[in-house]
Amino acid sequence: MAFDSFSAFLAMEGHGPYVWTCYAVFVVLVAGMMIWSARRNRAVIEGCKRRFEQQQGTSGQDVRQKASATFTRVEVSQD
Amino acid sequence: MWQFFHKLGSPKWFYGIATRFMPWLLVAGLMLLLAGLVWGLAFAPKDYLQGNSYRIIFIHVPTAFLAQSMYIMMAAAGVVTLVWRMKLADVFVKAVAPVGLVFTFLSLFTGAVWGKPTWGTWWIWDARLTSMLILLFLYGGAIALDRAINDEKSAARAVAVLVLVGVVNIPIIKYSVEWWNTLHQPATLKLTEKPSMPTEMWVPLLLSILGLYLLFGWLACLRMKTEILVREQRTRWVKDMIMAGGR
Repeated sequence: MAFDSFSAFLAMEGHGPYVWTCYAVFVVLVAGMMIWSARRNRAVIEGCKRRFEQQQGTSGQDVRQKASATFTRVEVSQD
Repeated sequence: MWQFFHKLGSPKWFYGIATRFMPWLLVAGLMLLLAGLVWGLAFAPKDYLQGNSYRIIFIHVPTAFLAQSMYIMMAAAGVVTLVWRMKLADVFVKAVAPVGLVFTFLSLFTGAVWGKPTWGTWWIWDARLTSMLILLFLYGGAIALDRAINDEKSAARAVAVLVLVGVVNIPIIKYSVEWWNTLHQPATLKLTEKPSMPTEMWVPLLLSILGLYLLFGWLACLRMKTEILVREQRTRWVKDMIMAGGR
C-alpha cells in the first residue's frame, strides 16, 4: 500500500481534489456512455419488436394493406 | 483473409460476431481496467517530483491513446467507405465518433486538472495540447456533419472525407513533443525501448490502457449493433432475429 490510512488515501497529500475529480469524471462519463448506449440498444430492439408485432397482429389484412393500389369499396347512398 | 473482408460486408455477420464477443470484451476490459486503476491509485509509489498527482496518468494516458487510435480507425474506415462503399465502415464511423469525442474530452480534462498542480496552469497553447484540442473539434465536426446531411450514403462519404483530411493531425499530436519545445513531456512508453518509468508504475498503466481498449471494443460493438438495427430494421433477418427473442 502506498498510503498509511484511508484518509491519507483520500487526501493524497493535498492532491486529493485533483486526482479524485479526474477519476470521478472518468467513471461518470465512461459508465454513463456505456449505460446510455445499452439503453438505446434496448429501446431500438423494443421499438422494432413492437412494430413487427403490430404488423403480425393485423396479418390477416396485412397482405392487402401492403398493396398500395387497393381500393375499398365504400357504400355511399345515392339519394 | 479476403474471405474475412468479404464477410465484413455483411452487417448480419458482424451482428452475430459482435454479440458473441461482447461479454468477453466487457468482463476482460473491466477486470484489466479495475486492476490497473486500483494498483495505480493505491499501490504504486508516489512520484519523487510530482507526488500523488501523477496518479491521474492512469486515466489520462489510456483516454489519450484511445482518442488517437479511434481516429486512425475511423480514417481507415473512411478509406473503406470511399473506395469500397462498405456499409459496415459507415456504421463504424457513426458509432465510434461520439466515443472518440468523449475520450478526447477526458484526456484534455484530466490533463488540465493534472497540469494545475504540476505546471501551475490549467492550459497552455503548446503543440501537444493544441493538436489534441483540434482532435476534439475534428470529432465534433464529424458528428455535426453526419447530422447535417440527410442522405445516409452522402453523409458517410462527406464524413469520411473530413476524417481523412483531419488524419494529418495524428502524427502531429504524436511527434509534437519531439518536433517542438513543449510543456507536455515526451513519450514515456515506447514500442522499441524500455519505459523511462519504474515497473510499479508502467505495469498498471499498461493494464489500464489494455482494459480501456477492451471496453472500447465492447462499446463499439454495442453501438454498431444499434446502428445496424436502425439501418436494417426492414430486413428479414432483423425481423426473424428479434421475433425469436434475439439481442
